[in-house]
Amino acid sequence: MAYKVFIFILLMVTWVILSGQFDAFHLVLGLISCALVTSMSADLLFRERDAPVLQRVQEGWSLAWYFLWMLWQILLANIAILKLALSPNALQQVDPSIVHFKTKLKSNFAKFLLANSITLTPGTVTIKISGDDFYVHAINDEAAAGLNGEMERRIASIYRVESAAAGGKGDC
Amino acid sequence: MSVLINIISIVLILAGLVFFLGSVVGVVRFPDFYTRMHAAGKGDTLSSLLVIMGFAVYHLGQIHWMDFAWADLLVVLKLLAICAFIMLTSPTATHALMNAGYEDGIEPLMRKKGNALDNEEGEKGR
Repeated sequence: MAYKVFIFILLMVTWVILSGQFDAFHLVLGLISCALVTSMSADLLFRERDAPVLQRVQEGWSLAWYFLWMLWQILLANIAILKLALSPNALQQVDPSIVHFKTKLKSNFAKFLLANSITLTPGTVTIKISGDDFYVHAINDEAAAGLNGEMERRIASIYRVESAAAGGKGDC
Repeated sequence: MSVLINIISIVLILAGLVFFLGSVVGVVRFPDFYTRMHAAGKGDTLSSLLVIMGFAVYHLGQIHWMDFAWADLLVVLKLLAICAFIMLTSPTATHALMNAGYEDGIEPLMRKKGNALDNEEGEKGR
């Protein structure tokens, strides 16, 4: 029940932000449609609902810090691309390679986050994920050396439970 | 005050345009499909973010705090929501294009021998 109320509040906030109308007519329309959507398809949004609220809040908080760090990395990546694109001997600095590594992250969302982060950090783009295997295209050796698992540790520390579970299985 | 906000938004939008220029030049100059996607994927994300942040800051300067209307502030919130969606979807689109290119059999340009993707193909035994 608490889950449905949470979904309802989430939908209602989205409705209010997107509509921008505060008269009774539009708010009642919003209430009706949010209630309908919640009753029909509340199950679609989140899969795991048993996690304690405190853990959720902690995850959200560290996720927010992670996104700030990501913004900084995106800036660095773009400066690198800008330099490379405008330098007169760009072709000499391009020495692509494809790096393959296995990840310890388990949940799909964590893998998605890792793939997106790799794509946005300087010099590397994820080509393919199959299971635990990541295939990453690195634009030169310097960028390939950056894939030393620091990002994976950061993501794992967001989901502490998961990293504890993965730590027990040892190195792959 | 409003001059300061205007300057901040102009700087943000100009920075976005500079990074767009970088990614466009990169797409033209880089040697093969995969390296071009580096330029397109990364440049797109940050430059769109910067330009939209510039719009958000500009609109923040347009709000009349004396007769305050919520609808004005909501525009800023909507722009920030667009930022969040771009940050999630743009790298995913890059990833989808890279994967499509690989599945289509585009050979990555390499100086060295030894290609992790070739090994994986061998294991599948096609």
